[in-house]
Amino acid sequence: MILGIETSCDETAAAVVSREGAVLSNVVSSQAALHAPYGGVVPEVASRRHLELVVPAVERALVDAGIALGDLEAVAVTEGPGLIGALLVGLSAAKALAYARRLPLVPVDHLHGHVAALYLEPDPVEPPFLALLASGGHTLLAEVPERGSMTVIGRSLDDAAGEAFDKGARLLGLGYPGGAALERLASGGDPGAHRFPAAMLGKPGHDFSFSGLKTALARAVRAEAAAPADLAASYQAAIVRALVGRAAEAVEATGAGTLAVVGGVARNSVLREAAARRCEELGVRLALAPSALCSDNAAMIASAARYAPALPFPEYLSRDAYATAA
Amino acid sequence: MAGELGAGKTAFVRAACAALGVTEPVTSPTFTVGHRYAGGAFPVSHLDLYRSAGVSPEEWADLEPYFDEGVCFVEWPEAGAGVLPPPRLVVELRLQEADARLVSLRSEHPGLLAAIADSLA
Repeated sequence: MILGIETSCDETAAAVVSREGAVLSNVVSSQAALHAPYGGVVPEVASRRHLELVVPAVERALVDAGIALGDLEAVAVTEGPGLIGALLVGLSAAKALAYARRLPLVPVDHLHGHVAALYLEPDPVEPPFLALLASGGHTLLAEVPERGSMTVIGRSLDDAAGEAFDKGARLLGLGYPGGAALERLASGGDPGAHRFPAAMLGKPGHDFSFSGLKTALARAVRAEAAAPADLAASYQAAIVRALVGRAAEAVEATGAGTLAVVGGVARNSVLREAAARRCEELGVRLALAPSALCSDNAAMIASAARYAPALPFPEYLSRDAYATAA
Repeated sequence: MAGELGAGKTAFVRAACAALGVTEPVTSPTFTVGHRYAGGAFPVSHLDLYRSAGVSPEEWADLEPYFDEGVCFVEWPEAGAGVLPPPRLVVELRLQEADARLVSLRSEHPGLLAAIADSLA
């Protein structure tokens, strides 16, 4: 049994996962929900909230799993990338727990965690595949030859796809979190009403760019008396066109037989449908992580720990968090 | 760094980082709050307070390490007013017609503005 702890961004999360990949518990104390009364912003960047929530989250994860600390074989924790102070809360809690119980510690990269969500029961996805990871903080394409390994072949040069959703929502005067609000508004609009740019399509390499799209929406909101639903639908369509189009180009370039879509943006239903259509055209399989495992969580961290090197007791006390993806 | 959504703040910081010798990809720190590039002659930090309503003392403890030595770019600094160190230079970007931007520089250090003007001349 592996305990996973994740505190890299807004969520304080803890989960228990078996060696075989069964999710025994998956606790996410969403700070976004906690701060909804503040009108859509996060008043504390992170660390103090994580500090208050990390122990209750771990306790809850153990209770939900029906196990005691003595049943754990290892503690897994997100080491980066993320806000250093926030990461240190989770890392310190994990070190203290592992040290006190003389357990090994498994430091996990957050991005590997998102991909490892695919290896969890009940429907684990087997590599090799091409992974499209799209979240608030990251957007990238990676070749995954086997569990525990991935090679990034392209990433966003500016904004992440989830960030594009969020900032688009702000430009349209919607609430927070913006992605879901934008998708709701877009469902009543015409995605062909405005032709927003889907950057990079057809260009060499596998990188993304979303900042020009954001600027285009800012100009459209200012300049035109357009229906907000049409703007939202067209803007969402441009993000999806870029994500699916670039992923399809990468599938063809790498000869991948499976495209896997992970990260918080993978919960977007328009993206899921567009990816399914394109994969059918390409004759490749589409693999999607379950919705609950798409956004930040600790089950994916515990899952990734099954394929990452464990540091034996007590050789992990000097481990440090890192802010930026290597 | 001041300017509305889509004005080009991150793009400006990317170019400035390249000029300062940062070789890593410079992307938006909106969700991660802070990036720090340590590979050059001095560290370069890139903060973004877009998602914050204000900066509490606890929050300052999160942000303080990013101001340690070197250069620190801050997007959406309004939330940190009175808590963050006073800016050496304020860069304001405004969307103009077509793809143009108007860039205004303000500083309480006349020598700094003069040096920038010299380097552009």
